[in-house]
Parts: sequence; structure tokens; C-alpha cells
Amino acid sequence: MGALFSSLHKDKGLQIVLGLLFGIVFGFLLQKGGVTSYNVIIAQLLLTDFTVMKVMLSAVIVGMIGLALLKHFGYVQPHPASGTIGSNVIGGLIFGLGFALLGYCPGTVAGAVGTGALDALIGGVVGILVGTAIFAELYPTIKDRLLTKGPLPAVTVQELLRLNTWLTIIIVEAAMIGFLLLLEYAGY
Amino acid sequence: MRIRYYAVILRNVVVIILELLTQATWSPYVAGAGIGVLVCLAFLLSNRPIGCSSGFVKASGLIEKTIHPSHIERKEYYREIVPEVDWAFMIIPGIVIGAFISSMLSGQFQFILVPSTWSATFGNTPVLRVIIAILGGAFLGFGARWAGGCTSGHGISGSIQLSLASMITAACFFAGGIATAMFLFYVIGSP
Repeated sequence: MGALFSSLHKDKGLQIVLGLLFGIVFGFLLQKGGVTSYNVIIAQLLLTDFTVMKVMLSAVIVGMIGLALLKHFGYVQPHPASGTIGSNVIGGLIFGLGFALLGYCPGTVAGAVGTGALDALIGGVVGILVGTAIFAELYPTIKDRLLTKGPLPAVTVQELLRLNTWLTIIIVEAAMIGFLLLLEYAGY
Repeated sequence: MRIRYYAVILRNVVVIILELLTQATWSPYVAGAGIGVLVCLAFLLSNRPIGCSSGFVKASGLIEKTIHPSHIERKEYYREIVPEVDWAFMIIPGIVIGAFISSMLSGQFQFILVPSTWSATFGNTPVLRVIIAILGGAFLGFGARWAGGCTSGHGISGSIQLSLASMITAACFFAGGIATAMFLFYVIGSP
């Protein structure tokens, strides 16, 4: 079983096809979830509608258990990357600025293009390509000076809390489900 | 008799599936749960998280490669994220196609240049919307690469792995996004 999957991972041609297929299903689900719409994303950022958080949190709730089970039975070995304040916090805030100005993120902007949103195509996609090219240009300058500054105290949440992985998952899952129930209870 | 019985069941199943596919939207919980399953399948079949911003690095590198082939080799970033057509690149056209199919099936496909929430506050001028969208896109692409991922890479796939960096990054996406959106719509856009 393991050998089958690792030969699958090395098959470059097949992975190109899989990338396209994963994209198609992902785009389909993003549109059905309503999050390829500018209005829905901006309403989330203005805290008047919580569709984006509902989609994201249910994805994490289901995926966290699924991935933990796949890992437990030895089918996958995910290696989450370590982070820094310089990279994750600063980068995250710059992203947030662009997120609100554009009204889409890099995945939903592609989805919006598929639904006919021309501002996503001639504005969003063009802007992202420009921003990415600028980053590639500046990368050698900021890499050691900013991106590696302020390493985070742990790689994973269970490492930070010094708890057993499954216990951590139960706590995090309960927090996410509790938050969603609270949203429903509050009428969002 | 028996065949007819199965035919009725099959017909009903097809009707239900068609109804689901042509619905305008699904419950966000159902769509989200589907994305959660999809991320698990990506780890299983492709040994990687679902992320979108590296696809844009590859696209941007491929464009640069056609203009200045020698520039690419000199740039350190393109040695780390090689501009080529691979899984990470293909997910972007895939998303366009998937959302296109979904919106066509539900009759929601529509060419729009200025979204209604935008025009209600900032008017119908396409030029203003496009300029701000390009500016926003540039910050978004720049910030995603600075943080090493986007809403799907950090926010969903990273959080699924219980990555502390990803959860902190996702919180900053929303902190920055909420602050900027409120400033944009309630301060600049207030009448």
C-alpha cells in the first residue's frame, strides 16, 4: 500500500493531471460554498456574514480528524513547517491588507474568474502576479533580515501545549465546533 | 420486477445528484466538509497540502522566463520554487474550471466588473475598482509569499496539520483583512 502511494507521488505526469483534478473539485466546492463571491468575502471581513469562516472551519474540523487517522494508520507523513514572527505575522498582515482591497484570496480569485468576475481576472490575477514577481525580486534582501526573525516557540499546537496529539485534537475540535455553534446561536 | 425496482432507485439517485449539482449554493458546512476530505486526499495521493499561492509563483516565473530567460536562473527564489507546469501550477486552472462548471450548472455564471457591495459604496466606475483590485492583488501575492502560504495553504491545510505557524498566519490574514475592510468601507467610504 505504502509503495503504491510513493510510486504515485513520484509520477510527475500523473501528478500534473491530479493537480488539475484537485483544482476542479476545489473550485467546484468553493463556488458551491459561496466563497468565490466578492460580496460574501467582504461581508465576512466586515463581520456581517460568516460564510467564509463556516467553510474554513468545517474544512479544518473534518480534515484534522481525517489526516490524523491517515497518519495513525501510516498512510501519510505530513511535516508541518516551523514559522517565525517575521514571516508569518508580518506576511499575514500584508496579505490581510490585500485580502480586503481585492476582496478575494489566491484560491477564490481563480474561482471568481470561473464565475465570470472580470475584476478578479484583470485586477486580481494581474496584481497577484505582479506582487509575486516583486517578492521574488526582494527575496534575497529580506530573507535573512526579516523572514527568519523571531522563531515561534513550537512547530505544532500539541508541542506548544505539551499535550498528547489526540488530546490536542479533541480540544481544538471542541473549540472550533463551539465557535460555530455560538455563531448559529447568535443568528449568523 | 426486481430490475424495475432497481431502475426506480437509480433514477431517484440520479435526480437527487442533479438537483445537488444545480443548486445555487450548498450549506457552507457541507462545502467545507468536502474541502476537508479533499485536503486529506491530496496528502494521500499527492503527498502535499492544497495551496494556491505557489501556483502564482510558478506562473509569474514562467512569464518572466519567456521575457528574460537568463533572469530566472539568477533569482534565488525561483531556485527554491521552480517555475514549471506541475501539481502546484495546475491547481489554478483547475479551480477556474471547477468554479465555471459549478456556476454554469446553477445558472449563476455572469460577467461582472464591479461587484454590488463595492458599487454601493464606491460607485460604478470600473477604473477605480480595477486599480484597487490590482493594488490589492499585489499586496495579496506579496504577503502570501512573505508568509509562505495563503488562505488554503496556511488557513486550511496548515491548520489541519495543527501547525502553529499556519494558525497564527490565518489569524493575521483575518486581523489585517478585517481592519482594512472596516477602514475602507466605514471610514473612507462613509458618506
